[in-house]
Amino acid sequence: MATTVIPFGPQHPVLPEPVHLTLKVEDEIVKEAIPALGYVHRGLEKLAEIRDYHQMIQVCERVCGICSMIHAVCYSQAIEELMEVEVPKRAEMLRVIWSELHRTHSHLLWLGLFADAFGFESLFMQFWKVRERIMDINEATTGSRVIVSVNVIGGVRADLSPEQIRWILGEIDIVEKEVRALQDTIMNDYTVKARTVGVGVLSKENAYLLGAAGPTLRGSGVAQDMRMLGYGGYSELDFEPVVETSGDCWARSTVRFRETLQSIDLVRQAIAKLPEGELAAKVKGNPPEGEVYMRVEQPRGECVYYIKGNGTKHLDRLRIRTPTFANIPPLLAMLPGCELADVPVIVLAIDPCISCTER
Amino acid sequence: MAAQDSVGHKEFLTAGGHHMDPPIVNVKLAQDILDVCRSMSLWPMTFGLACCAIEMMATGMARFDMARFGAEVFRPSPRQADVMIVAGTVTKKMAPAVVRLYEQMPGPKWVIAMGNCAISGGPFKIKDNYNVVEGVDTLIPVDVYVPGCPPRPEGLLEGFFQLQRQITGKRWWPVAAKVEG
Repeated sequence: MATTVIPFGPQHPVLPEPVHLTLKVEDEIVKEAIPALGYVHRGLEKLAEIRDYHQMIQVCERVCGICSMIHAVCYSQAIEELMEVEVPKRAEMLRVIWSELHRTHSHLLWLGLFADAFGFESLFMQFWKVRERIMDINEATTGSRVIVSVNVIGGVRADLSPEQIRWILGEIDIVEKEVRALQDTIMNDYTVKARTVGVGVLSKENAYLLGAAGPTLRGSGVAQDMRMLGYGGYSELDFEPVVETSGDCWARSTVRFRETLQSIDLVRQAIAKLPEGELAAKVKGNPPEGEVYMRVEQPRGECVYYIKGNGTKHLDRLRIRTPTFANIPPLLAMLPGCELADVPVIVLAIDPCISCTER
Repeated sequence: MAAQDSVGHKEFLTAGGHHMDPPIVNVKLAQDILDVCRSMSLWPMTFGLACCAIEMMATGMARFDMARFGAEVFRPSPRQADVMIVAGTVTKKMAPAVVRLYEQMPGPKWVIAMGNCAISGGPFKIKDNYNVVEGVDTLIPVDVYVPGCPPRPEGLLEGFFQLQRQITGKRWWPVAAKVEG
């Protein structure tokens, strides 16, 4: 059988961001996939040499347009640990609220794109319609739809008034109702299942060995969620990692669907437990010095920041490891043996955020 | 019609890549009618680079619904597209692909640079930056610039209106009322 080489990307209908896969195909069956990264490498870590450590929050938010809040939280927490700043409880809880809103809209966005990957255009539109309500909340509370910029070292810049909280609770009730209305379609529809069940199977052992992260890992039955570490306000909230065991694309989409509902619940819990108090602690003392690792859970999985400060305004080193980067080896393990037509579905199932990966 | 043969981009574009032959029968009225038709059915290419792509997709979705203004069908292939929306940071590795996609589009064709990164390199425009192209207009001719980080979907819609105005010489849609306070 002759081998055909098919390029996938950098511009491809299902990819919102450029990544390139060289697929070696024998008679419609993929034999090997070779990735090429670096199409959106912007040299963000280089910027740490020029921008000071306060300005780097705005830079870190631009690592990823979808989960900007969580990158900023991760960076702020790391710097706060280095500088030994005590973050007020209210600020921690507000960070949880915005983080979970970001997780909700990121998962809804992905569920839509995933539906589009197997050609279910109307489901795509439905999920994005629901998502707009979350974007409205982001805009009303922070002033921006995508990159919210509410974090500062030591806390947050914006507050939620009682009227805003009442309005948010009403909005997320509607979101939950609308999301639940789509549950049957994304989980049980015959056509959807025909395209997702048994496609791109990743066993529990492989997922663990290849270092998968986030919903890809939990879809294979490993209950690992960085939020369980209890960073920020998460220690006071009650939740369990969402786990599915079948390890295929259906499991990954179901994990994300259930996490959407879980995030909505976490927003409610965080609002119920929102304490009174200061928004941001005063930052005093020397600029950060020393090394720190910070791990948080992004919508796509575990995100790790390594920061080395040298006591000046500029950081020595800022290293970001993002979940999509961790999920590429499992992706390459999933692709061989699948049909060429299933490649878009499998690639999207890891929720590739290429801007994150390449920074 | 917008002048497609602009100087200054010659070093990146191949000869003929952005050149259009004049029509055989050049009747102004017929061309004007064609221009109106073109401007009312712009087909953008599905081509995202970074965060702005998310807002570009949101513009095509139910809430903002670009279909109202004719730019309905996002085409996955450059061969079927009229408009290239450069949504995100263009890097030196991506630059040849951007130029190639532009050249693969059949004329007449237009480019919208969406977001600060595509316009000038945005927050990544620093002296030592080694991988960011400082503005997509250094590679290909750009017709409309939509600033923002990222621009709101309404901003992109306004960019489309400006493009339609550029093609036909007339603004077709009402201007949004100013909100006081």
